[in-house]
Amino acid sequence: MWRIFFALTYILKMGYTENELAKDLENQEYKFGFVTNIASDKAPKGLNEDIIRFISAKKNEPEWLLEHRLKAFAIWKKMTEPSWAHVKYAKPDFQDITYYSAPKQSKKYESWDDVDPEMKETMAKLGISLEEQQRLTGTNIAVDFVMDSVSVATSFKAKLAELGIIFCSFSEAVQEYPDLVKKHMGTVIPVTDNYYAALNSAVFTDGSFCYIPKGVRCPMELSTYFRINEGGTGQFERTLVIADEGSYVSYLEGCTAPQRDENQLHAAVVELIAMDNAEIKYSTVQNWYPGDKEGKGGIFNFVTKRGICEKHAKIAWTQVETGSAVTWKYPSCILKGDYSIGEFYSVAVTNNFQQADTGTKMIHLGKHTKSTIISKGISAGKSQNSYRGLVQIHKNAEHARNFSQCDSLLMTDECGAHTFPYIECKNSTAKIEHEATTSKIGEDQIFYCLQRGISEEKAISLIVNGYCKEVLNQLPMEFAVEAQKLLAISLEGSVG
Amino acid sequence: MNELIQDSKINSFVESLPKTKIPFNNELIVNASTVLKSIDFPTTRSEAWKYTRLGRIKAISASGQSARVGKNLSRELIKDSYQISNSGLTFVYENGVFRSDLSSGEFPKGATIKPLTGCAKEELTSVGQTIQLENELFNSLNTVYAIDGMSIDIEDGTVINEPIQLIHLLTGKNTIANLRNVIRIGKFAKAEIMQSFFALDAENSFANSVTEINVSENAHLSIHKLQSETEGNFHISTEQVEQAKDSTFTINTITLDGTFVRNNLNISVNGINATTNLNGAYILKGQQHVDNHTCVDHKAPHCNSNELYKGVIDDKSTAVFNGKVFVRKDAQKINAFQSNANVLLSDLCTVNSKPELEIYADDVKCSHGSTTGQLDEEAVFYLRARGISEKTARSLMIEAFMADVLEKIENEDFLKYTQSKLNKRFNWESIVE
Repeated sequence: MWRIFFALTYILKMGYTENELAKDLENQEYKFGFVTNIASDKAPKGLNEDIIRFISAKKNEPEWLLEHRLKAFAIWKKMTEPSWAHVKYAKPDFQDITYYSAPKQSKKYESWDDVDPEMKETMAKLGISLEEQQRLTGTNIAVDFVMDSVSVATSFKAKLAELGIIFCSFSEAVQEYPDLVKKHMGTVIPVTDNYYAALNSAVFTDGSFCYIPKGVRCPMELSTYFRINEGGTGQFERTLVIADEGSYVSYLEGCTAPQRDENQLHAAVVELIAMDNAEIKYSTVQNWYPGDKEGKGGIFNFVTKRGICEKHAKIAWTQVETGSAVTWKYPSCILKGDYSIGEFYSVAVTNNFQQADTGTKMIHLGKHTKSTIISKGISAGKSQNSYRGLVQIHKNAEHARNFSQCDSLLMTDECGAHTFPYIECKNSTAKIEHEATTSKIGEDQIFYCLQRGISEEKAISLIVNGYCKEVLNQLPMEFAVEAQKLLAISLEGSVG
Repeated sequence: MNELIQDSKINSFVESLPKTKIPFNNELIVNASTVLKSIDFPTTRSEAWKYTRLGRIKAISASGQSARVGKNLSRELIKDSYQISNSGLTFVYENGVFRSDLSSGEFPKGATIKPLTGCAKEELTSVGQTIQLENELFNSLNTVYAIDGMSIDIEDGTVINEPIQLIHLLTGKNTIANLRNVIRIGKFAKAEIMQSFFALDAENSFANSVTEINVSENAHLSIHKLQSETEGNFHISTEQVEQAKDSTFTINTITLDGTFVRNNLNISVNGINATTNLNGAYILKGQQHVDNHTCVDHKAPHCNSNELYKGVIDDKSTAVFNGKVFVRKDAQKINAFQSNANVLLSDLCTVNSKPELEIYADDVKCSHGSTTGQLDEEAVFYLRARGISEKTARSLMIEAFMADVLEKIENEDFLKYTQSKLNKRFNWESIVE
């Protein structure tokens, strides 16, 4: 059914020239810039040990977690903000951020009906209404909705529980499954990893937790929505996905924020653990507020995402990045087990004054490990779009295989597209390929189409469409619906 | 000047080096000395030296530089072993000092070639302007302590058919030799320059070479560079090239021996319709470490650049490739291609490749590729099935792999010389004929 919808949009979008597309990209207004008027429970601004204790107490956390936070805070204080990324921004003032902001009615919801109607409306505006999801038969998605760092609703919980799948908010997991959390949290991304991961470890407020037991194939897509609502807040959420031996899960993540003049900080940590023979598919559509046409406001998106693969395990990251003023994000795979597979598919669209420095790291430790990197960048307006990736083959990673392809498409003469791949190989049986191209839509490509009776407009939509298809095809069907809405005009005409 | 660098962090490294006698601009020397005063040896934390450690260079302590020149060498020895081409001019340097007794050949018409120490101050006013000193330890070192080098000036409209050869010999123990060359090719002129680096009974010695190259409008310059210093010696070489409109610049960098080699090749394309070709081959063994950094900066539209670097890495050696292509804003219609391929022959070798593109203009075609792999076992099997020994099969395949780069060398003498060196190493049949 949705395929028909796509096809329709596609047909409607024919008769679309490159200039129009560039113009649309420039003029595109942010559709999710509303503020939901929900009273919230906020901590005072600033960052110190007391705030961390406050957050921990609010969440009724066990002692070990508070210690973990304080340790991370001590480490963070000694670190300096990294400056190697190809982005320029005013350093956030960490004392001017509210580290805890929860919608007031933060009691637990027993059923969907208990959820605040205004909140429901927010979700409806986002086009991800849980009601809609529930009504749609055949499109089963369990959604965890996180607003201002606090999880507000989780659906389909009971159904998942029958299979032994745990899908809940992070704070709930801390209360109910402390052993699992304690065992795995910080094993993929240690608190010392980097500046923003350390900050997150100190002040994270909530997030999602997911555990798939041995041999279980999760029957539906699991999904989390993140939304920053309150002004002057930072969002620091944490996601932990554990796929036990032989299990499978497809996990989706979406993000939006209201329009504000100030820059807000989003520093998340996502850890994936794929045990022997397990498979995790993690898809993201990131659409934080990118700032206005003059580059004012917007979200700083500094995210650390990493997964670890045991034997024969597979982790696939798919991301569609359209939002944020500054993005700084490298979903990575540590291919620890033999025969493990890591994949990374990315479409990054930047417009106006947006800056993105994104890519992946594939660390090959085990034998016969494989990784694939497909990255597509589209720069419009005055934006800067960089791919930065690392492929590292360690000494014992015999017969490791990597293929990377990074393409950039430039829409205007004021934007930039950059590629910084790092390829490090210490094993002679490895095979590594990397290729990158940067161009605008080729005149010869258009000529080829014209020659075959395809009009110029159709040719352009065909080329842009083909350009991103490799990545968009990786998105789960249900999510593609939302990706379609969230991407709005950014990629219109290119999504088939 | 002495008091300026008194409290430098690299004081012990430079204390025994004699100050340059080249009549550089005073300001240049002051600037370089200030830099030396403020910086230390770069560490792997610095992005440009991420994969290359300088500890062993740091450890060289030079003692009595001047005493070491004047090794008993004959012109025949040079001719037999080090001279690449028998035609044209040959200039020989020992540890940076010009040896007129070993040099030969007739001066071509339209070319002014003389040692930098023999130049008047007025002639060198524009020298060193394009060399970056800020944060560049080795460029600054070279400016303050350069021993000598050649000033090659080709007049407008002159075509020189015979190659100009510069042979740099490194001799003695713990020698530090800072070499400087200044090359200017006039409008509509054409020239070919061979730079070769060898070591002769040298041990733990370090050559730091800086070459400034200026290619004027419509000029054509080819540089053939061979690095074949013996084991236990170190080499850092920087080329700063400025290209004017309609010019062509080609450089072939062949790295064979030397424990540590670092090449910084910076090309600034300032005028429209210029062509730049960079070819490189590195064949490593033992504990060699070779680091090729290239940067092509397209500042003007309608230019082409082609880059091809290929390497064979054996034993415990390490190869580093960092290629950068910059396309500045408004430098439209640029075609820039960059390719790096590596073959690993042993389990202990390492390859670090970092091909980069930084593009600020939209109507361009830029691409880069990097591959790392090993010889195709199936192809080896195919050859063996036809009665070719495994050893021959492998060397045949290495030969075919390197042929891409070698075929681009237009100078036959240089190709033959490189080939003979490689034949010795891999027992190849010559691919020249």
